[in-house]
Amino acid sequence: MSQLKTGLDAPICLTWELTYACNLQCVHCLSSSGQRDTRELSTSEAKRVLDELRDLQVFYINIGGGEPMVRRDFFELVEYSVASGIGVKFSTNGAFIDTEKARRLASMDYLDIQISLDGVDAATNDLVRGAGSYDMARRAMDNLAAADFGPFKISVVVTRQNVPQLDEFKALADSYGAQLRVTRLRPSGRGVDSWDHLHPTNAQQREIYDWLMSNGENVLTGDSFFHLNALGDPLPGLNMCGAGRVVCLIDPVGDVYACPFVIHDQFKAGNVRDPGGFAEVWKRSDLFTSLREPQSAGACASCGSFDACQGGCMAAKFFTGLPLDGPDPECVGGDGEVALAQLAAVPVALKPRPMQDHTKPAHANRNGRLVVT
Amino acid sequence: MSTELLNPLLERPLALHPQVALRPEPFGALAYHYGNRRLVFLQHTDMVSVVQHLGEHPSLAATLEACGIDRRRWPSFAKAVESLMKSEIVVER
Repeated sequence: MSQLKTGLDAPICLTWELTYACNLQCVHCLSSSGQRDTRELSTSEAKRVLDELRDLQVFYINIGGGEPMVRRDFFELVEYSVASGIGVKFSTNGAFIDTEKARRLASMDYLDIQISLDGVDAATNDLVRGAGSYDMARRAMDNLAAADFGPFKISVVVTRQNVPQLDEFKALADSYGAQLRVTRLRPSGRGVDSWDHLHPTNAQQREIYDWLMSNGENVLTGDSFFHLNALGDPLPGLNMCGAGRVVCLIDPVGDVYACPFVIHDQFKAGNVRDPGGFAEVWKRSDLFTSLREPQSAGACASCGSFDACQGGCMAAKFFTGLPLDGPDPECVGGDGEVALAQLAAVPVALKPRPMQDHTKPAHANRNGRLVVT
Repeated sequence: MSTELLNPLLERPLALHPQVALRPEPFGALAYHYGNRRLVFLQHTDMVSVVQHLGEHPSLAATLEACGIDRRRWPSFAKAVESLMKSEIVVER
Protein backbone atom coordinates (compact mmCIF):
# COMPACT_ATOMS: atom_id res chain seq x y z
CA MET A 1 0.00 0.00 0.00
CA SER A 2 1.62 3.19 -1.21
CA GLN A 3 0.71 5.48 1.72
CA LEU A 4 2.51 3.15 4.11
CA LYS A 5 5.80 3.71 2.32
CA THR A 6 5.73 7.38 3.21
CA GLY A 7 5.36 6.51 6.87
CA LEU A 8 2.67 6.65 9.53
CA ASP A 9 2.18 9.10 12.40
CA ALA A 10 3.25 6.32 14.76
CA PRO A 11 4.52 2.79 14.21
CA ILE A 12 2.04 -0.07 13.81
CA CYS A 13 4.49 -2.64 14.89
CA LEU A 14 7.01 -1.55 17.46
CA THR A 15 9.47 -4.03 18.87
CA TRP A 16 10.99 -3.31 22.24
CA GLU A 17 13.87 -5.46 23.36
CA LEU A 18 13.62 -5.02 27.13
CA THR A 19 17.01 -6.48 27.97
CA TYR A 20 20.12 -7.96 26.39
CA ALA A 21 20.27 -10.43 29.27
CA CYS A 22 19.41 -13.98 28.29
CA ASN A 23 19.73 -17.44 29.76
CA LEU A 24 20.30 -18.80 26.24
CA GLN A 25 22.86 -17.95 23.54
CA CYS A 26 21.08 -18.90 20.31
CA VAL A 27 23.50 -18.94 17.39
CA HIS A 28 21.17 -16.82 15.25
CA CYS A 29 20.22 -14.27 17.95
CA LEU A 30 19.38 -11.04 16.12
CA SER A 31 20.52 -8.94 19.09
CA SER A 32 23.63 -10.95 20.10
CA SER A 33 22.10 -11.21 23.57
CA GLY A 34 23.53 -12.78 26.69
CA GLN A 35 24.74 -10.24 29.22
CA ARG A 36 22.70 -7.39 30.61
CA ASP A 37 23.79 -3.94 29.43
CA THR A 38 24.40 -1.66 32.42
CA ARG A 39 22.86 1.28 30.53
CA GLU A 40 19.51 -0.57 30.35
CA LEU A 41 16.42 1.66 30.74
CA SER A 42 15.22 1.83 34.33
CA THR A 43 11.65 0.99 35.32
CA SER A 44 10.65 4.64 35.44
CA GLU A 45 12.33 5.40 32.11
CA ALA A 46 10.55 2.44 30.55
CA LYS A 47 7.22 3.69 31.93
CA ARG A 48 7.89 7.12 30.44
CA VAL A 49 8.36 5.47 27.06
CA LEU A 50 5.07 3.61 27.53
CA ASP A 51 3.36 6.92 28.34
CA GLU A 52 4.66 8.29 25.06
CA LEU A 53 3.49 5.25 23.12
CA ARG A 54 0.05 5.59 24.71
CA ASP A 55 -0.11 9.24 23.62
CA LEU A 56 0.92 8.21 20.08
CA GLN A 57 -1.86 5.58 20.17
CA VAL A 58 0.44 2.68 19.48
CA PHE A 59 -2.01 -0.22 19.69
CA TYR A 60 0.43 -2.90 20.79
CA ILE A 61 4.11 -3.54 21.29
CA ASN A 62 6.20 -6.61 20.64
CA ILE A 63 8.42 -7.22 23.63
CA GLY A 64 11.54 -9.26 23.20
CA GLY A 65 15.17 -9.35 24.23
CA GLY A 66 17.25 -11.07 25.31
CA GLU A 67 14.82 -12.92 27.49
CA PRO A 68 12.35 -10.27 28.66
CA MET A 69 11.21 -12.28 31.70
CA VAL A 70 14.71 -11.93 33.14
CA ARG A 71 13.87 -8.34 34.05
CA ARG A 72 12.57 -8.13 37.60
CA ASP A 73 10.05 -5.47 36.58
CA PHE A 74 8.77 -7.57 33.67
CA PHE A 75 5.24 -8.01 35.07
CA GLU A 76 5.15 -4.43 36.33
CA LEU A 77 5.93 -3.09 32.84
CA VAL A 78 3.54 -5.45 31.08
CA GLU A 79 0.74 -4.56 33.48
CA TYR A 80 1.51 -0.85 33.08
CA SER A 81 1.42 -1.18 29.30
CA VAL A 82 -1.87 -3.06 29.19
CA ALA A 83 -3.43 -0.62 31.68
CA SER A 84 -2.35 2.19 29.31
CA GLY A 85 -4.27 0.59 26.44
CA ILE A 86 -1.17 -0.80 24.76
CA GLY A 87 -1.51 -4.51 24.07
CA VAL A 88 1.56 -6.66 24.64
CA LYS A 89 2.92 -9.50 22.54
CA PHE A 90 6.07 -10.92 23.97
CA SER A 91 8.64 -13.41 22.80
CA THR A 92 10.21 -15.77 25.28
CA ASN A 93 12.21 -18.96 25.38
CA GLY A 94 9.85 -20.11 28.13
CA ALA A 95 12.47 -20.71 30.80
CA PHE A 96 10.59 -18.70 33.42
CA ILE A 97 7.04 -19.81 32.65
CA ASP A 98 6.46 -22.16 35.57
CA THR A 99 2.97 -23.14 36.72
CA GLU A 100 2.55 -20.03 38.86
CA LYS A 101 3.73 -17.58 36.18
CA ALA A 102 1.58 -19.35 33.60
CA ARG A 103 -1.48 -18.73 35.78
CA ARG A 104 -0.53 -15.09 36.22
CA LEU A 105 -0.05 -14.64 32.47
CA ALA A 106 -3.35 -16.39 31.77
CA SER A 107 -5.19 -13.92 34.00
CA MET A 108 -4.14 -10.90 31.90
CA ASP A 109 -6.00 -9.29 29.01
CA TYR A 110 -4.43 -8.07 25.79
CA LEU A 111 -1.41 -10.25 26.26
CA ASP A 112 -0.06 -12.58 23.58
CA ILE A 113 2.86 -14.92 24.11
CA GLN A 114 5.25 -16.31 21.53
CA ILE A 115 7.36 -19.25 22.59
CA SER A 116 10.41 -19.65 20.39
CA LEU A 117 11.08 -23.10 19.01
CA ASP A 118 13.35 -23.86 16.07
CA GLY A 119 12.94 -27.60 15.76
CA VAL A 120 10.18 -30.15 16.39
CA ASP A 121 12.67 -32.31 18.24
CA ALA A 122 15.42 -31.53 20.73
CA ALA A 123 18.16 -32.46 18.27
CA THR A 124 17.11 -29.92 15.64
CA ASN A 125 16.11 -27.20 18.08
CA ASP A 126 19.01 -27.42 20.53
CA LEU A 127 21.60 -27.24 17.75
CA VAL A 128 20.52 -23.63 17.26
CA ARG A 129 19.07 -22.62 20.63
CA GLY A 130 21.33 -24.55 22.98
CA ALA A 131 21.19 -27.70 25.08
CA GLY A 132 17.98 -28.12 27.09
CA SER A 133 16.13 -25.33 25.27
CA TYR A 134 13.67 -27.68 23.59
CA ASP A 135 12.49 -29.18 26.88
CA MET A 136 12.35 -25.67 28.35
CA ALA A 137 10.03 -24.45 25.61
CA ARG A 138 7.79 -27.52 25.73
CA ARG A 139 7.47 -27.23 29.51
CA ALA A 140 6.35 -23.60 29.14
CA MET A 141 3.78 -24.66 26.52
CA ASP A 142 2.49 -27.40 28.82
CA ASN A 143 2.22 -24.92 31.69
CA LEU A 144 0.37 -22.36 29.56
CA ALA A 145 -2.01 -25.02 28.29
CA ALA A 146 -2.64 -26.26 31.85
CA ALA A 147 -3.34 -22.69 32.97
CA ASP A 148 -5.89 -22.27 30.12
CA PHE A 149 -3.93 -19.37 28.69
CA GLY A 150 -5.70 -19.87 25.35
CA PRO A 151 -4.07 -19.77 21.94
CA PHE A 152 -0.45 -18.82 22.56
CA LYS A 153 1.93 -18.72 19.61
CA ILE A 154 4.78 -21.00 18.69
CA SER A 155 7.39 -18.93 16.90
CA VAL A 156 9.76 -20.63 14.48
CA VAL A 157 12.72 -19.16 12.64
CA VAL A 158 12.82 -21.14 9.39
CA THR A 159 16.21 -22.73 8.77
CA ARG A 160 17.71 -25.19 6.32
CA GLN A 161 17.43 -27.83 9.03
CA ASN A 162 13.77 -27.30 9.94
CA VAL A 163 12.14 -26.63 6.56
CA PRO A 164 11.25 -30.35 6.31
CA GLN A 165 9.46 -30.04 9.68
CA LEU A 166 6.95 -27.33 8.75
CA ASP A 167 4.00 -29.74 8.76
CA GLU A 168 5.09 -31.16 12.10
CA PHE A 169 5.35 -27.65 13.59
CA LYS A 170 1.78 -27.03 12.45
CA ALA A 171 0.63 -30.30 13.99
CA LEU A 172 2.39 -29.44 17.25
CA ALA A 173 0.72 -26.02 17.36
CA ASP A 174 -2.66 -27.60 16.60
CA SER A 175 -2.17 -30.12 19.40
CA TYR A 176 -1.93 -27.22 21.88
CA GLY A 177 -4.66 -25.16 20.22
CA ALA A 178 -1.80 -22.73 19.59
CA GLN A 179 -1.08 -20.56 16.58
CA LEU A 180 2.01 -21.18 14.48
CA ARG A 181 4.22 -18.26 13.52
CA VAL A 182 7.13 -18.78 11.14
CA THR A 183 9.61 -16.05 10.28
CA ARG A 184 12.57 -15.55 8.05
CA LEU A 185 16.14 -16.03 9.32
CA ARG A 186 18.25 -12.89 8.96
CA PRO A 187 22.04 -12.62 9.13
CA SER A 188 21.69 -10.20 12.06
CA GLY A 189 23.41 -10.25 15.44
CA ARG A 190 25.11 -13.60 15.95
CA GLY A 191 23.29 -14.66 12.80
CA VAL A 192 26.00 -12.87 10.84
CA ASP A 193 28.25 -15.85 11.57
CA SER A 194 25.70 -18.66 11.44
CA TRP A 195 23.58 -17.58 8.47
CA ASP A 196 25.74 -19.43 5.94
CA HIS A 197 25.03 -22.75 7.67
CA LEU A 198 21.42 -22.06 8.60
CA HIS A 199 19.66 -20.17 5.83
CA PRO A 200 17.37 -22.19 3.55
CA THR A 201 18.71 -23.28 0.19
CA ASN A 202 17.27 -21.82 -2.97
CA ALA A 203 15.36 -25.05 -3.61
CA GLN A 204 13.87 -24.79 -0.12
CA GLN A 205 12.63 -21.26 -0.81
CA ARG A 206 10.11 -22.73 -3.25
CA GLU A 207 9.12 -25.30 -0.64
CA ILE A 208 8.56 -22.55 1.96
CA TYR A 209 6.57 -20.46 -0.50
CA ASP A 210 4.31 -23.36 -1.50
CA TRP A 211 3.80 -24.32 2.13
CA LEU A 212 2.90 -20.75 3.14
CA MET A 213 0.50 -20.43 0.20
CA SER A 214 -1.30 -23.64 1.10
CA ASN A 215 -1.54 -22.71 4.78
CA GLY A 216 -2.73 -19.16 4.08
CA GLU A 217 -3.75 -16.96 6.97
CA ASN A 218 -3.73 -19.86 9.45
CA VAL A 219 0.00 -19.34 9.86
CA LEU A 220 1.48 -16.01 10.94
CA THR A 221 4.65 -14.80 9.25
CA GLY A 222 5.23 -11.27 10.55
CA ASP A 223 5.08 -10.46 6.81
CA SER A 224 8.72 -11.51 6.68
CA PHE A 225 8.73 -13.66 3.52
CA PHE A 226 7.79 -11.07 0.91
CA HIS A 227 11.03 -11.77 -0.99
CA LEU A 228 9.35 -15.06 -2.00
CA ASN A 229 6.54 -13.26 -3.82
CA ALA A 230 8.60 -13.34 -7.01
CA LEU A 231 7.62 -17.04 -7.17
CA GLY A 232 3.94 -16.34 -7.87
CA ASP A 233 0.87 -14.85 -6.24
CA PRO A 234 1.59 -12.63 -3.25
CA LEU A 235 1.58 -14.12 0.24
CA PRO A 236 -0.93 -12.69 2.73
CA GLY A 237 0.31 -9.52 4.46
CA LEU A 238 1.68 -6.05 3.79
CA ASN A 239 4.44 -7.31 1.49
CA MET A 240 6.84 -4.45 1.89
CA CYS A 241 9.79 -3.52 4.05
CA GLY A 242 8.32 -1.51 6.90
CA ALA A 243 11.62 -0.34 8.41
CA GLY A 244 11.25 3.20 9.74
CA ARG A 245 7.87 3.47 8.00
CA VAL A 246 5.54 1.21 9.97
CA VAL A 247 8.08 -0.68 12.08
CA CYS A 248 10.96 0.16 14.38
CA LEU A 249 12.96 -1.18 17.29
CA ILE A 250 13.68 0.26 20.72
CA ASP A 251 16.67 -1.59 22.16
CA PRO A 252 17.31 -2.17 25.89
CA VAL A 253 19.34 1.04 26.26
CA GLY A 254 16.71 3.13 24.46
CA ASP A 255 18.36 3.33 21.05
CA VAL A 256 15.83 3.43 18.22
CA TYR A 257 16.64 1.42 15.10
CA ALA A 258 14.76 1.11 11.81
CA CYS A 259 13.88 -2.52 12.48
CA PRO A 260 14.80 -5.34 14.90
CA PHE A 261 17.23 -6.84 12.40
CA VAL A 262 19.49 -3.83 11.90
CA ILE A 263 21.14 -3.15 15.25
CA HIS A 264 23.96 -1.16 13.69
CA ASP A 265 24.89 2.56 13.84
CA GLN A 266 23.98 3.00 10.19
CA PHE A 267 20.33 2.30 11.06
CA LYS A 268 20.19 4.03 14.44
CA ALA A 269 17.77 6.95 14.35
CA GLY A 270 18.15 8.27 17.92
CA ASN A 271 17.46 7.41 21.54
CA VAL A 272 14.31 7.64 23.65
CA ARG A 273 16.37 9.55 26.24
CA ASP A 274 17.05 12.34 23.69
CA PRO A 275 15.07 15.59 24.01
CA GLY A 276 11.67 15.04 22.41
CA GLY A 277 11.78 11.36 23.28
CA PHE A 278 10.63 8.56 21.01
CA ALA A 279 8.08 10.69 19.15
CA GLU A 280 10.75 13.10 17.95
CA VAL A 281 12.87 10.21 16.67
CA TRP A 282 9.92 8.58 14.91
CA LYS A 283 8.61 11.76 13.33
CA ARG A 284 11.73 13.75 12.53
CA SER A 285 14.94 11.74 12.57
CA ASP A 286 17.04 12.05 9.42
CA LEU A 287 17.23 8.28 9.01
CA PHE A 288 13.48 7.65 9.17
CA THR A 289 12.78 10.64 6.95
CA SER A 290 15.12 9.24 4.30
CA LEU A 291 13.59 5.74 4.55
CA ARG A 292 10.19 7.27 3.80
CA GLU A 293 11.39 8.75 0.53
CA PRO A 294 11.04 6.69 -2.65
CA GLN A 295 13.75 4.02 -2.67
CA SER A 296 15.84 3.19 -5.71
CA ALA A 297 15.40 -0.26 -7.25
CA GLY A 298 19.05 -0.08 -8.36
CA ALA A 299 20.31 -3.26 -9.95
CA CYS A 300 16.81 -4.79 -9.60
CA ALA A 301 15.11 -2.07 -11.68
CA SER A 302 15.16 -4.13 -14.86
CA CYS A 303 13.86 -7.30 -13.18
CA GLY A 304 10.23 -8.11 -13.88
CA SER A 305 9.73 -9.37 -10.34
CA PHE A 306 10.73 -6.19 -8.50
CA ASP A 307 7.14 -5.10 -7.90
CA ALA A 308 6.45 -8.45 -6.27
CA CYS A 309 9.53 -8.84 -4.07
CA GLN A 310 10.47 -5.16 -3.57
CA GLY A 311 14.13 -6.13 -3.66
CA GLY A 312 13.77 -8.11 -0.44
CA CYS A 313 15.10 -7.38 3.03
CA MET A 314 17.38 -4.45 3.83
CA ALA A 315 18.93 -6.22 6.84
CA ALA A 316 19.65 -9.39 4.88
CA LYS A 317 21.48 -7.39 2.22
CA PHE A 318 23.35 -5.19 4.68
CA PHE A 319 24.82 -7.93 6.85
CA THR A 320 25.81 -10.12 3.92
CA GLY A 321 27.70 -7.14 2.48
CA LEU A 322 25.41 -6.66 -0.53
CA PRO A 323 24.35 -3.22 -1.79
CA LEU A 324 20.97 -2.09 -0.40
CA ASP A 325 19.66 -1.28 -3.88
CA GLY A 326 20.42 -4.71 -5.34
CA PRO A 327 19.06 -8.23 -4.96
CA ASP A 328 18.37 -9.90 -1.62
CA PRO A 329 20.95 -12.62 -0.79
CA GLU A 330 18.06 -15.09 -1.02
CA CYS A 331 16.63 -13.66 -4.25
CA VAL A 332 14.55 -16.49 -5.68
CA GLY A 333 15.76 -15.60 -9.16
CA GLY A 334 19.26 -16.61 -8.09
CA ASP A 335 20.71 -13.09 -8.45
CA GLY A 336 21.59 -13.01 -4.74
CA GLU A 337 23.70 -16.14 -4.99
CA VAL A 338 25.61 -14.65 -7.88
CA ALA A 339 26.18 -11.41 -5.98
CA LEU A 340 27.33 -13.35 -2.90
CA ALA A 341 29.76 -15.37 -5.00
CA GLN A 342 31.22 -12.16 -6.38
CA LEU A 343 31.58 -10.86 -2.84
CA ALA A 344 33.38 -13.98 -1.66
CA ALA A 345 36.65 -12.48 -2.85
CA VAL A 346 36.19 -9.50 -0.51
CA PRO A 347 37.92 -9.87 2.87
CA VAL A 348 35.42 -10.63 5.65
CA ALA A 349 36.69 -7.64 7.62
CA LEU A 350 35.15 -5.27 5.09
CA LYS A 351 31.66 -6.60 5.62
CA PRO A 352 29.57 -4.77 8.20
CA ARG A 353 29.57 -6.43 11.62
CA PRO A 354 26.99 -5.96 14.37
CA MET A 355 28.29 -3.03 16.42
CA GLN A 356 27.65 -4.54 19.79
CA ASP A 357 27.94 -7.98 21.23
CA HIS A 358 26.34 -9.01 24.52
CA THR A 359 27.39 -12.63 24.17
CA LYS A 360 28.59 -14.07 27.46
CA PRO A 361 32.40 -14.17 27.34
CA ALA A 362 32.96 -17.80 28.24
CA HIS A 363 30.46 -19.21 25.82
CA ALA A 364 31.45 -21.96 23.45
CA ASN A 365 29.47 -20.35 20.65
CA ARG A 366 31.56 -17.20 20.83
CA ASN A 367 32.38 -17.44 17.14
CA GLY A 368 28.85 -18.27 16.17
CA ARG A 369 29.84 -21.81 15.20
CA LEU A 370 27.29 -24.54 15.53
CA VAL A 371 28.09 -26.66 18.49
CA VAL A 372 27.25 -30.27 17.74
CA THR A 373 26.03 -31.86 20.95
CA MET B 1 -31.72 4.18 -8.18
CA SER B 2 -34.57 1.88 -7.17
CA THR B 3 -34.62 0.95 -3.50
CA GLU B 4 -34.60 -2.82 -4.09
CA LEU B 5 -31.10 -2.54 -5.56
CA LEU B 6 -29.83 -0.95 -2.38
CA ASN B 7 -27.79 -2.99 0.03
CA PRO B 8 -30.09 -4.12 2.89
CA LEU B 9 -27.25 -3.26 5.29
CA LEU B 10 -28.18 0.41 4.79
CA GLU B 11 -31.26 -0.05 6.95
CA ARG B 12 -29.47 -1.71 9.86
CA PRO B 13 -28.47 -0.07 13.14
CA LEU B 14 -24.67 -0.43 13.40
CA ALA B 15 -21.84 0.64 15.68
CA LEU B 16 -18.13 0.52 16.05
CA HIS B 17 -17.17 -2.49 18.18
CA PRO B 18 -16.50 -1.28 21.74
CA GLN B 19 -13.03 -2.89 21.69
CA VAL B 20 -11.96 -1.02 18.54
CA ALA B 21 -9.65 2.00 18.66
CA LEU B 22 -9.20 4.42 15.76
CA ARG B 23 -5.94 6.24 15.16
CA PRO B 24 -6.00 9.15 12.70
CA GLU B 25 -3.45 8.97 9.87
CA PRO B 26 -2.86 11.27 6.89
CA PHE B 27 -4.73 8.88 4.57
CA GLY B 28 -7.66 8.17 6.91
CA ALA B 29 -7.24 6.04 10.00
CA LEU B 30 -6.04 2.76 11.40
CA ALA B 31 -8.59 0.68 13.25
CA TYR B 32 -7.37 -1.86 15.75
CA HIS B 33 -9.57 -4.48 17.39
CA TYR B 34 -8.17 -5.33 20.81
CA GLY B 35 -10.34 -8.44 20.96
CA ASN B 36 -9.45 -10.28 17.76
CA ARG B 37 -6.19 -8.28 17.25
CA ARG B 38 -7.14 -7.31 13.71
CA LEU B 39 -5.70 -4.18 12.18
CA VAL B 40 -7.66 -2.52 9.38
CA PHE B 41 -6.91 0.49 7.21
CA LEU B 42 -9.68 3.01 6.69
CA GLN B 43 -8.51 4.55 3.46
CA HIS B 44 -10.57 7.72 3.37
CA THR B 45 -11.37 10.41 5.91
CA ASP B 46 -15.08 10.21 4.92
CA MET B 47 -15.04 6.53 5.85
CA VAL B 48 -13.51 7.43 9.19
CA SER B 49 -16.26 9.89 10.07
CA VAL B 50 -18.99 7.45 8.99
CA VAL B 51 -17.55 4.69 11.16
CA GLN B 52 -17.17 7.06 14.12
CA HIS B 53 -20.79 8.20 13.97
CA LEU B 54 -22.52 4.88 13.22
CA GLY B 55 -23.64 4.45 16.81
CA GLU B 56 -25.40 7.81 16.95
CA HIS B 57 -27.88 7.16 14.14
CA PRO B 58 -30.70 4.66 13.64
CA SER B 59 -29.17 3.12 10.48
CA LEU B 60 -26.18 3.13 8.17
CA ALA B 61 -28.22 5.18 5.68
CA ALA B 62 -29.02 7.77 8.33
CA THR B 63 -25.33 7.97 9.24
CA LEU B 64 -24.32 8.46 5.59
CA GLU B 65 -26.95 11.17 5.29
CA ALA B 66 -25.76 12.89 8.46
CA CYS B 67 -22.14 12.75 7.31
CA GLY B 68 -23.10 14.38 4.02
CA ILE B 69 -22.06 11.45 1.83
CA ASP B 70 -23.39 11.74 -1.73
CA ARG B 71 -26.02 9.05 -2.42
CA ARG B 72 -24.11 7.86 -5.48
CA ARG B 73 -21.32 6.77 -3.14
CA TRP B 74 -23.64 4.86 -0.77
CA PRO B 75 -23.23 1.44 -2.46
CA SER B 76 -19.46 1.56 -2.15
CA PHE B 77 -19.71 2.71 1.48
CA ALA B 78 -22.15 -0.13 2.23
CA LYS B 79 -19.70 -2.58 0.69
CA ALA B 80 -16.81 -1.20 2.73
CA VAL B 81 -18.85 -1.38 5.94
CA GLU B 82 -19.78 -4.95 5.05
CA SER B 83 -16.12 -5.91 4.93
CA LEU B 84 -15.52 -4.13 8.26
CA MET B 85 -18.25 -6.35 9.72
CA LYS B 86 -16.35 -9.44 8.60
CA SER B 87 -13.44 -8.41 10.79
CA GLU B 88 -15.92 -7.31 13.53
CA ILE B 89 -14.61 -3.74 13.46
CA VAL B 90 -18.24 -2.76 12.89
CA VAL B 91 -21.07 -4.72 14.50
CA GLU B 92 -24.87 -4.65 14.57
CA ARG B 93 -26.43 -3.01 17.55
